[in-house]
Amino acid sequence: MLRSDEHSLSRFLHGLPGVDAVGLERRVAALQTRSIKGDAKLRGIDLAISMIDLTTLEGADTPGKVASLCAQARRPDPDQPDVPPVAAVCVYPDLAGRAVERLRGSSVAVAAVATAFPSGRSSREVKLADTRLAVEAGASEIDMVIDRGAFLAGDLTAVFDEIVAVKQACGRAHLKVILETGELGTYDDVRRASWLALLAGADVIKTSTGKISPASTLPVVHILLQAVRDWHRLTGEYRGVKAAGGIRSTKDALRYLVAVNEVAGPAWLTPALFRFGASSLLGDLLLQRRAKASGHYENRARVGA
Amino acid sequence: MTWTYAPAPESAALAGLRPSYRPFIGGEFVDGHGESLTTVNPATEEPLAEVGTASDADVDAAVTAARTAQEKVWGPMSGTERAKYLFRIARVVAERARELAVLETLDNGKPIRETRDVDVPTASAHLFHHAGWADKLEHAGLGPAPAPLGVVGAVVPWNFPLLMAAWKIAPALATGNTIVLKPAETTPLSALVLAEIAADAGLPPGVLNVLPGDGAVGAALVGHGGLDKVAFTGSTEVGIQIQRRLAGTGRALTLELGGKAANIVYSDAALDQAVEGVVDGIFFNQGHVCCAGSRLLVQEPIAEEFLERLRERIAGLRVGDPLDKNTDVGAINSRAQLERIVDLAAAGDAEGAQRWTSPCALPERGLFFPPTVFTEVEQTMRIAREEIFGPVLSVLTFRTPDEAVAKATNTPYGLSAGVWTEKGSKALWTAQRLRAGVVWANTFNRFDPTAPFGGTGESGFGREGGRTGLQAYVR
Repeated sequence: MLRSDEHSLSRFLHGLPGVDAVGLERRVAALQTRSIKGDAKLRGIDLAISMIDLTTLEGADTPGKVASLCAQARRPDPDQPDVPPVAAVCVYPDLAGRAVERLRGSSVAVAAVATAFPSGRSSREVKLADTRLAVEAGASEIDMVIDRGAFLAGDLTAVFDEIVAVKQACGRAHLKVILETGELGTYDDVRRASWLALLAGADVIKTSTGKISPASTLPVVHILLQAVRDWHRLTGEYRGVKAAGGIRSTKDALRYLVAVNEVAGPAWLTPALFRFGASSLLGDLLLQRRAKASGHYENRARVGA
Repeated sequence: MTWTYAPAPESAALAGLRPSYRPFIGGEFVDGHGESLTTVNPATEEPLAEVGTASDADVDAAVTAARTAQEKVWGPMSGTERAKYLFRIARVVAERARELAVLETLDNGKPIRETRDVDVPTASAHLFHHAGWADKLEHAGLGPAPAPLGVVGAVVPWNFPLLMAAWKIAPALATGNTIVLKPAETTPLSALVLAEIAADAGLPPGVLNVLPGDGAVGAALVGHGGLDKVAFTGSTEVGIQIQRRLAGTGRALTLELGGKAANIVYSDAALDQAVEGVVDGIFFNQGHVCCAGSRLLVQEPIAEEFLERLRERIAGLRVGDPLDKNTDVGAINSRAQLERIVDLAAAGDAEGAQRWTSPCALPERGLFFPPTVFTEVEQTMRIAREEIFGPVLSVLTFRTPDEAVAKATNTPYGLSAGVWTEKGSKALWTAQRLRAGVVWANTFNRFDPTAPFGGTGESGFGREGGRTGLQAYVR
């Protein structure tokens, strides 16, 4: 394991291969022209559904709202029992207990955002306490935010140490590290932040909180996918990626799956290694799924989400 | 899990394929007096259409028609008027883009993704660009009153049939020349549809003539005494013959010939994008590209890792039905070309290079060759020296920038080169020392009508595109 030594950590991260923005965006544009239809589309839709972290992260969230979200997570389309459940429900820590209770006995995991989400601007103690609150409530996945202020100031050790500490506080819970790529400025820094998080023990690297624009973009997800692919090449370990924020349509979701398939590889086409963080994507996926089965589009309101 | 994309074929019917096509002379489609040829779909080897070819008499008739049109109509016409015709043709090419893309894919075998996204839009862009120059020639830096040469004979290859036709027609017509075009024997269709578009646009008879046929028609055309200029794109071998033929005749000549481009990847390159660039450099259009980056020069410290990434990426290329929108690599244009690729690859084996072949599935019928990479290549080997014109990459390594330049320029060709580094000064240092008409930095195979394209050494002379390209068509 790399020593958490400011100098060597910085040297390592700055020694990573650069990202050529023009070339990256060109590759993204080329992959977007993949035509996914027929059976491939249907399989893609079901795969995307099974990868969703169904999310509600509003100040106005109530136990009732979480309960109905959990019901939808278990059985996304009540009329279509063959629709797979989503991967997880993602809530604030104080509501994690409610979600755990409602999802007991299902395959759906409970994810909680912690560490002074979404800004991450608090003391280490508060962030760790926030994490413990969620874990104690039964959350099996923790979505933490990195300290972007420290990262941008070049204090990479502080960011690294904090991830290590949160990972420890997670216990057996999976740690997803939110890089908030919309605030990092350059693709090179997105790559550095990805590796920083992987080195510090992140199980999953995640693009965004969903509170900042731009949230997840395809070029940024390409970089995250390259990072986990390269990490696997180097260590043999599989780490995951979560794309969160702004992914609303089936078309978008399928483009992400194409990127997963062709950038990281087919091994990442599983909810264990790729997730969508979304609140409204499920509705369109279900609509498209029904349309595929019945040959016509239904009223969006009838599909539920 | 494996997620297989369902086939997404574009409809072949969009091509509006007709059972037969005829030469275009003096503003009309006429019965050629040559023996008709059958053009085939390389992806299936099934015949597409019968195409009438030109005899010597037809060549004569076309040159005469072009001469009359040049002297009586097109030459005296104002640039503003000429521009109107060219703009009209450019617009219709853009409007009929889908039809042309499908037709080109059927006739050539290249993926619809490329005809749709590159060939047709770039052809249209060339026509638009040169239409814009037609009334501004005195401002092009070519003298106060540039005059046309007269009648141009143009011979174009099968790798970019429509695009190469546009590259010749657009500057020739914009500058007041008339043109007789001979498309390649195996890919005549899109040029004939372009002639139809020109006729529909009301282009005066004789300004553009298209003569399908084999090499003999090409030879009859370039040797015709009635021409003022010959513009040829094709093999170095034929280019040399043409140059001999024209020597001493006083006729102008431009040649755009073969290449064996080096793609230099320094250890500080953006590796993911360099992998993409190398893939694009050699597998774009199945490697049927004169400026293809067919020699990868990779710096030793990263060679092993880079090749691992490269092979993994190449293994993901989808080879198959060119009409499928998800196909990355299509069919080899002709059986003769496929045999040449097979022979040269065998020479690579025989000379001791290590062959790696993509594990991709190939269609059961049609002309296909899997993406192939040779490592442990020495500069003396045929695969490092000869233009393969297929999806075959030869890999050499280097230690220092000087060595990279020495290896890159150790070729009789000089068409293009690529440099991959995150350091701007190193890119410029290298580019200054490479002997090539085009050097791409951190990209490859990018074409634009404003950028002159052409070679040095055995890659020919003269430029196409931009103001420099206009120079080749005026006196």
